[in-house]
Amino acid sequence: MLFTAVIVVPFVMNVATSFTRWSGVGTPTWVGTQNYVRLFADERFWTSFRNNVALIVAMAIIPTVIGLVLAAALFDYIGKRFGPRTASALRAAYYLPQVLPVAVAGVVWGWMLHPTYGAVNQIFGLKVNWLGDPDYALATVMAVMVWFQLGYPVVIFMAGLQRADPALHEAAEIDGASWWRRFWHITIPQIRPEIFVVLLTCTIAALKVFGPIFVLTRGGPGNATMVPSYFSYLNFFQKANIGYGSAIATVLALIIVVVTSAFLFLQERKP
Amino acid sequence: MRRYPILAALTMLAVVMLFPFVIVTFNAFKTPAEYSAGSPLSPPQGLDLDGIIAFWTRVDFGEKLLNSLVISGSVAMLAVVLSVLNAYALGIGRVRGRLWILVLFLVANTLPQEALAYPLYYLAKAAGLYDSKLSVIIVFTVIQAAFGTYLLSAVLGQFPKEILEAARMDGAGRFLALWRIVVPISRPTLSVLVIFFFIWTWNEFFLPLIFLVSNDTQTVPVALGVLQGEKYMDATMSSASALLGIVPAVAFFLIFQRTLTRGITVGAIK
Repeated sequence: MLFTAVIVVPFVMNVATSFTRWSGVGTPTWVGTQNYVRLFADERFWTSFRNNVALIVAMAIIPTVIGLVLAAALFDYIGKRFGPRTASALRAAYYLPQVLPVAVAGVVWGWMLHPTYGAVNQIFGLKVNWLGDPDYALATVMAVMVWFQLGYPVVIFMAGLQRADPALHEAAEIDGASWWRRFWHITIPQIRPEIFVVLLTCTIAALKVFGPIFVLTRGGPGNATMVPSYFSYLNFFQKANIGYGSAIATVLALIIVVVTSAFLFLQERKP
Repeated sequence: MRRYPILAALTMLAVVMLFPFVIVTFNAFKTPAEYSAGSPLSPPQGLDLDGIIAFWTRVDFGEKLLNSLVISGSVAMLAVVLSVLNAYALGIGRVRGRLWILVLFLVANTLPQEALAYPLYYLAKAAGLYDSKLSVIIVFTVIQAAFGTYLLSAVLGQFPKEILEAARMDGAGRFLALWRIVVPISRPTLSVLVIFFFIWTWNEFFLPLIFLVSNDTQTVPVALGVLQGEKYMDATMSSASALLGIVPAVAFFLIFQRTLTRGITVGAIK
């Protein structure tokens, strides 16, 4: 019951509002698909979408790739030659950013990257406006998100590697397979389920990303770091374009459901 | 041997990852004059608490901590109770159409909060709950319980039926069986869920930002996020604010570490 009231009803209301023009007060006016027509012609929406793809790269793809190499290196080299304590200490260091609320991570970096007194500029003797220059803003936010996300795949992949059969690795080593070949042909196939889970959860997180954008850049400068979630927030609470904001949120929800189903479908098909 | 270069590279990376934490801590304890005189890299000469105290009193940080604790604590407890009741009905009670109910819960979990935000905001206003902690508690209890139900019904579905049969023979009703048998046996899973719900709720930003507009209801992440870049925040005060955001999060991590590392694969499902 409660579930219906808090999730189903609001979602249906949201979809319904997306076919209206409404400022939040008074009666909504039915406008059919007008919001969607406007959305697909809106340059800002497409920009926000392109930025979102960049954030998927920064939050899902890069951390997964680096995480795989790190997890394998920690597990194969460090864990075996320097003992498991060294490996878990390093793993904890990589994981620490993940324990922060994402908004707090934004506050930390907002301070570090501040154009006048920020630590980064002072240390390197630079005067770069990392978050305020349209040429750098998106890349900076991407770098912050890589820092934030990296620990998650490392921890999950290391847990997966513990399950893997060491005999395969030893056999390949005796046959003279190089570390990279073993990594590619043995390690990766063995933890394929974990890779799927990490890619899926991180992609969804990237599609929903809001906190860091709000704290670091508010979508700016211009639209350099605009993302759909912030774009819908802007329409809801600052421009009072509830209908248009709902249309953006509905499209975002659809994309997330489609991406999730596609991932789950692919995972089912894999042997 | 190639082992030392690899260790060195991995240690370097660890240093880079920890760098912001160290820098924030160093500079939170400096006076503004000391900050502008020296490099941000140098450790503070003394423990200057002015920046931290000034920020603490300015935003009434104690109140923010209390708000976050009340919200996250109630959500964690309520959501686990709700999840257990739901999952018991679905997993053991075998409610009709349970597969579809579970799929619905899973979809609900992946929906972006943006697609619920405005109607929730509107309904909360209509119900007179806007800008109250209660509204956030209700919403997150349901959102977390959607995940909890999905997870627990898988766990309870594998619960040995013989034990429940035996309980029924002894004359235990359904709720007595739940309370005296199912809950104690699944305690490890339930405690992981409580901790996860607590931390997830603590870390939430979007919905609390929308619902908690006045100062005395805000949570820690919302207060910090909104104040970021305010004019009166100088370098050391900003760094103090970042430190105050970091400390509780890292404290929870250290306190719950054992349970968390055990349950992290559970969290991976979300």
